[in-house]
Amino acid sequence: MKAKENSWNFFVRLCGGIVIALPIVIGIFLIIRGNMTFTKYHHSIIEFLFSSNWAPADDMTGGGHVGSAVYIVGSLITCGLALLISVPFSMAAAIFMTEIAPKGGNKVLRPAVELFVGIPSVVYGWMGMTILVPFIKKIFNINQGYGVLSASLVLAIMIFPSITTVAADAIRSVPDSARKGAYGMGATRWQVIYQVVVPAAKTGIMSGVVLGLARAFGEALAVAMVIGKTRSFPKGILSPTTNLTSAIASDMGGVMEGGEYNAALWSMALLLFLISLLFIFIIHRMAGSAERKEKKLEKMAEQAAKAEAAANGGN
Amino acid sequence: MASESAAVLGSNNEEQKMREMKARAGRAIGVDNFMTGVFYVVAGFFLALLIALASYIIIKGFAGAKPYMFAFDSQGIGNQFWNTIYLVFLSLLISVPIGVMAGIYMALYAKKGRVATILRIAIETLSSLPSIVVGLFGYLVFIVMTGNSWNLFAGALAVSILSLPLIATTTEDAINMLPDSYTKGAFGMGATKRQVITTVLLPAATPHIITGVILAAGRGFGEAAALLYTAGMSTDLNWHMVSAATNPFNPFRPGETLALNIWALRTEALRADAAEMANLSSAILMILVLGFSLLAHTIERHMKKKSGV
Repeated sequence: MKAKENSWNFFVRLCGGIVIALPIVIGIFLIIRGNMTFTKYHHSIIEFLFSSNWAPADDMTGGGHVGSAVYIVGSLITCGLALLISVPFSMAAAIFMTEIAPKGGNKVLRPAVELFVGIPSVVYGWMGMTILVPFIKKIFNINQGYGVLSASLVLAIMIFPSITTVAADAIRSVPDSARKGAYGMGATRWQVIYQVVVPAAKTGIMSGVVLGLARAFGEALAVAMVIGKTRSFPKGILSPTTNLTSAIASDMGGVMEGGEYNAALWSMALLLFLISLLFIFIIHRMAGSAERKEKKLEKMAEQAAKAEAAANGGN
Repeated sequence: MASESAAVLGSNNEEQKMREMKARAGRAIGVDNFMTGVFYVVAGFFLALLIALASYIIIKGFAGAKPYMFAFDSQGIGNQFWNTIYLVFLSLLISVPIGVMAGIYMALYAKKGRVATILRIAIETLSSLPSIVVGLFGYLVFIVMTGNSWNLFAGALAVSILSLPLIATTTEDAINMLPDSYTKGAFGMGATKRQVITTVLLPAATPHIITGVILAAGRGFGEAAALLYTAGMSTDLNWHMVSAATNPFNPFRPGETLALNIWALRTEALRADAAEMANLSSAILMILVLGFSLLAHTIERHMKKKSGV
């Protein structure tokens, strides 16, 4: 009996421990391998981040160039543009299912948005290649439709459901008393949404946006299929470029294990890992500051109540 | 006279004020109606987009399909279909026990304090890891360091890293949602913590955990970036000889999945029918994924009805 209890407890703790250990182990491996570019092959971090001279040697002696600026800029531009396209639509959808038509929204739109989340990214990429790219080529009358715009549109459709669900949850958690108060003062529904509900749910909405951005940054194959994979800075939103994830996805298999090229790709993976950690940190900071604000308001309300009680007692 | 005119002036002023206010209210109502219209249009647009996308993918996939494409050999995608199912099954075999146990740990052992905070950060880090990074990690640890070539089992391990946080958090939520009386009643009868968990809490939380597992499976079907350098992009199955190294049940052989097949067909399109094959693979993947998420939704709705929430 006792032994059974003990082994059970051990097993539960072991599994908890595995979950804690996994990201640490992944982080350590990424740091070890990603650092080889800077330690073994003596490149500077400045060169890696800001130079666009990318010609790593595919052997153990090194001596090439590892400037990844083109890849980094490609990632930044496509994700930024995807966010610009996606956020207004996500906000509209989130507001629709919480404020405008909660019944129909919850029954129809919400499950539909959740189904969107499940669509595999390669399918998005394949659809982007076969529908979106020819379409863009046709309407802009250019040589080929691969490029920043295609990649951003595919990413925007991919992150739309993530932002929408988180934003809808945030809006749903705004207390009804806030709405009722505003309606009582004669505000229209749009005024309530625009001036009361959305500002109150701001932090939650921002977490959704950051989450969507994190997802866009880490997406590999869908983007690689439509971005055009051309190693040069994009001249406009229609020109092809490349990004961090497509470089890793397409080059890793063909390079020598432990060589300079390999090490440079690992540095990119390390950069992606650090960026995703940064996003988590930002979400936490926002949630933390919102909590502090709430506590402060609560305290003020308490004090006000106390003062009122004291005043009443005086009378 | 003077007071009368003042009164008229006053009422004029009042009237104007009233008119202004009415105009403002009218404008506000107009804007309100307009924005309501905008919201309906956006919502309708997305519903239409989802339905159009899903039906387009499925119809196009099957319309261009030839019978040989369904075969379980090098010409068809039967083998890839099998690999997809088998890989997700293997990954759940790993991630469900660990994930459920970790969820129990989070809900009942480390509720507060430093361990709880660290666990939460660990789960969030895991769930926000780019899948290509997990793929690289899997490639290094399960392939390079073990000296193996691409194999299905390495792919299953990589996918279980990705589904672990989802299963752990749904388990934690499922247990936290149970009323306190369950635990108290069982403890009151003299049950140990293990007995409370295994005989009362886990059975009560199972339907909710199953929805999480189904969602994880749905995501696993579509995973590709994590499998590029773990499961490999080739498959050669021998369905007639169980003892062969290429027998379908051997997890230590390369196992290209449907999602990887789409990627491979697009980049190294060596065959003339590559587009039709990729369309068919997409269609089958869509049916798998949509089917699994509908299943999860149905279970969830059924549970809500039962519990009357």
